[in-house]
Amino acid sequence: MSAHLAYVAASYGAALIISAGLIGWVVLDARARRRELKALEDAGIRRRSAGGGAP
Amino acid sequence: MSDRSLAIRSFTDLANPTRFVALAGRLLPWLAGLTAVLFAVGLTLCFTTAADYQQGETVRIMYIHVPAAWLSMMGYSVMAASALGTLVWRHPLADVAAKCAAPIGAGFTALALITGSLWGKPMWGTWWVWDARLTSVFILFLMYLGLIALNRAMDDAGRAAKVSAVLILVGFVNIPIIKFSVDWWNTLHQPASVLRLGGSAIDPEFLRPLLVMALAFTCLFFTLHLAAMRTEIWRRRIAAMRRQAARGAASA
Repeated sequence: MSAHLAYVAASYGAALIISAGLIGWVVLDARARRRELKALEDAGIRRRSAGGGAP
Repeated sequence: MSDRSLAIRSFTDLANPTRFVALAGRLLPWLAGLTAVLFAVGLTLCFTTAADYQQGETVRIMYIHVPAAWLSMMGYSVMAASALGTLVWRHPLADVAAKCAAPIGAGFTALALITGSLWGKPMWGTWWVWDARLTSVFILFLMYLGLIALNRAMDDAGRAAKVSAVLILVGFVNIPIIKFSVDWWNTLHQPASVLRLGGSAIDPEFLRPLLVMALAFTCLFFTLHLAAMRTEIWRRRIAAMRRQAARGAASA
């Protein structure tokens, strides 16, 4: 392997960190909003346009 | 809404957020699976192809740098198309699309800048130069950050959408500057070698992993964008439900 391996490893590491960060942000945000939505529905709050159906 | 009323018969049916959420729920597992498969194939090709006779092992940085750079411009182009949707057609999901593309585009732009720097040091002998290509991509990154900050700073979502849309369209002038900067000015950054008149200047040995990785990153972009848009619709739904509950409590 060449002397430049550290630059290659750092690049793939950066790609992994940024991709994992974006995936983590999207997944955790979705989970939190889903929980919030469920809590509101359980409290009997419905959107007017939902007509009592699922969101 | 019943299953029949949720059916999507034309593109304009996607203007209905409930239909969009249902479609996103169906598409996301397939898109995520396709992304994973493309990354598995792409990464295998990245580390099994030969090293370049000039660049050596650093050619492998290109397999993530080039797709990230393409996506940094594609992300902004998606935002510009969405901004038109907000200002011209007042599409209810256009603002959602623009708002959700900004953090993803910023992530890919940061990746392009970091990997470009990591390639530049061993190949050019410097981490950074203020040449036209590098500077215009850095400005793109700042524009993404500015638009994210603007969206977070304004309480009125409708007003934030219009102001953001105008700024996105003004900032779109930077995209052709990025693309053609290497032709218009003398830059340390090399001219286009994949998407250019006369065909690609890259050997198929290197082009194959590059294109598969570009496809993988593009699928990742759209998977994340679709998921983020669905979540943003839920966020707006939650805000509407809270307002409705507050009105009900106030009138009781």
